[in-house]
Amino acid sequence: MASGQERILRRRIRSIDATKKITRAMELIAASRIVRAQARVRAARPYSDKVTAVIANLASAGGEADHPLLREPAEVTKVAYVVIAADRGLCGGYNNNVLRATERAIAADAAAGRDYELVLSGRKALGYFRFRDYRIAAGFEGFSDQPSYSDAQQIAAAATALFENDCQRVMLAYTQFHSMGNQSVAIVPFMPLDTSDISDGDADPDASAGGPDGGYEFEPEPAAILERLLPRYAEARLYSAVLEASASEHAARQRAMKAATDNAEDLKTNLTRVMNRARQDAITTEIMEIVGGAEALSQTAGGEVDLLSDTIEARTANLFRARE
Amino acid sequence: MQVELVSPEAVLFSGECSQVVTRTVDGDIAFLDHHAAFIGALDIGQTQLWASDGIVTLALNRGFVEVSNNVVTILSDAAYAADEIDVAAAQADLEAAQAGVAADVDDDEAKAALAWAQTRIAVAGAA
Repeated sequence: MASGQERILRRRIRSIDATKKITRAMELIAASRIVRAQARVRAARPYSDKVTAVIANLASAGGEADHPLLREPAEVTKVAYVVIAADRGLCGGYNNNVLRATERAIAADAAAGRDYELVLSGRKALGYFRFRDYRIAAGFEGFSDQPSYSDAQQIAAAATALFENDCQRVMLAYTQFHSMGNQSVAIVPFMPLDTSDISDGDADPDASAGGPDGGYEFEPEPAAILERLLPRYAEARLYSAVLEASASEHAARQRAMKAATDNAEDLKTNLTRVMNRARQDAITTEIMEIVGGAEALSQTAGGEVDLLSDTIEARTANLFRARE
Repeated sequence: MQVELVSPEAVLFSGECSQVVTRTVDGDIAFLDHHAAFIGALDIGQTQLWASDGIVTLALNRGFVEVSNNVVTILSDAAYAADEIDVAAAQADLEAAQAGVAADVDDDEAKAALAWAQTRIAVAGAA
């Protein structure tokens, strides 16, 4: 009987409806977290701006010591990658994009005869590279939703350790957050620190306000301050990258979950239509059977028309009652 | 003068102050209005801000200070006001650090932890 098919359809619709409620909830949660993540990105900006400005002032005052973090390497034989991905999936291509881009960069390095090291953040990144048998120098997980500064410090410490050991360059692979609808994977140089960034620092109004350069008093001498400040600068940069990645993750998840919700809605509409048609078909078939039967009866039995039409009415009524 | 206290995660204080006392690695230093341009690295220690509504005392775990154009900017990874300090935790840190220093007199990390615990307890106690 056709009602078997109908029952299956009804069950599928109910399960799609339940899934839709879940994806819808995840979409709303992600949407509210983007706003919070963006606020955190903004809250972190004054610190990194000020650190950059202070470094610019130190540099202009002749403090540009020959710090290892500023020295361009003569030859690069080993590159460390700091990869920032998410702890959880269900966020579209967010994880895969950054992981694949890193893998490609490592392959390009290998072709150029450079070795790699990996510092990973996010459970998905660990799983991905562990499964593919990559060498992992350090891994961090459990904070991609809401990274704190101390999380960033840990990652920065691991990257610095590699940089001081045998990696001449550290690259940072993460997803940049441009706007709600626009995020892109970027692999940017992290160490040695980009000095062009720092000289941009005197765009900051405070930077040149100290008077003619060299007008600063220093305590202790500029080189010693720079020595302490550069690691902070690296941490602040990493922190802002982690925050941006987190905002991107929430945006990607929101988009993925919105698509899932929309798909569930479409699927539900289609299945409901199919189910209604199946039900209508079943009813039509049954009526046809009854009418056919009655027709046959009236032809054999001649005069008993009243009795026959009563029977048809009663049976049809029963049929509809059963449907409800 | 304008004073800004900035941590990596937020701007902790921003406002007018008549005087700022803090501790650089070379010793305590005070800033009054129109101080000469200055950049310094801060040590573990107390920082006091003479704000319009009273003196704010903070425990600072290292950082930097920049003074220019009558604006004092303090950058610090960790800055706590008296009411934000967990005294019990600081006390526990103090004991752990004392044990560390006792075990190895040249352990710089333990010494720093000791100074940081003492500073927090002093700031919390002064309030």
